[in-house]
Amino acid sequence: MIQIKLFASLRERLGAESVNFEYGGEYTVADVTRELVELDEKWKLLSEGNVLCAINQDLCGVNTKVHDGDELAFFPPVTGG
Amino acid sequence: MISVQYEDFDHCQEYRALQDEADGDGAVVTFTGLVRDFNNDGSVSAIHIEHYPGMTEKTLMNICNKARERWEIGALRIIHRIGTIEPQGQIVFVGVTSKHRKSAFEACEFIMDYLKTSAPFWKKEGTNEGMKWVESKSSDRQAMERWFKRA
Repeated sequence: MIQIKLFASLRERLGAESVNFEYGGEYTVADVTRELVELDEKWKLLSEGNVLCAINQDLCGVNTKVHDGDELAFFPPVTGG
Repeated sequence: MISVQYEDFDHCQEYRALQDEADGDGAVVTFTGLVRDFNNDGSVSAIHIEHYPGMTEKTLMNICNKARERWEIGALRIIHRIGTIEPQGQIVFVGVTSKHRKSAFEACEFIMDYLKTSAPFWKKEGTNEGMKWVESKSSDRQAMERWFKRA
């Protein structure tokens, strides 16, 4: 199982804070996104150009491998400080 | 030392703590960020800051380590507030001590630039038209990138 977390405007637009995703083997972040879009078109938002992703709380790219038990997060560019 | 907190902080108290820890250092540089009116017309009533618990602390620790690799730093303090903050309220504090002023100034600026582009905080501002997410600025990204262009 992969836990997917969403933050800020992305959380609001997708209407979800956290989603569990069944681990299907050798997946990258892009594979997870593609599977989600197959389930529901709304997940296309994750492929917007400015969306950032992190695995286990470290920023990563869409070609990064995801492992069973990982925490995968998607969020818009940060605006703190 | 890093704090992510709802409570406000006392700049004087933080400064004194840095001064006490300075241990032979000749410079203390502090930066405090305040809530400003993004529209510059008095329409922002408050801001709300959301963060990614866990990743925020991890990122701030990483920023501290990166700063320590580049400059000889003594004491280091980062405070970032979350939740609702009124206009003119304090959002962020960075304090650095070092033997010399140049490294203290640079490290403080580096930490702020890095924080603004990589620490997972998001601001939402309350305006006359309701709550609105603040957009990230390309000038912040450029400010960050220049640290990596310098040889």
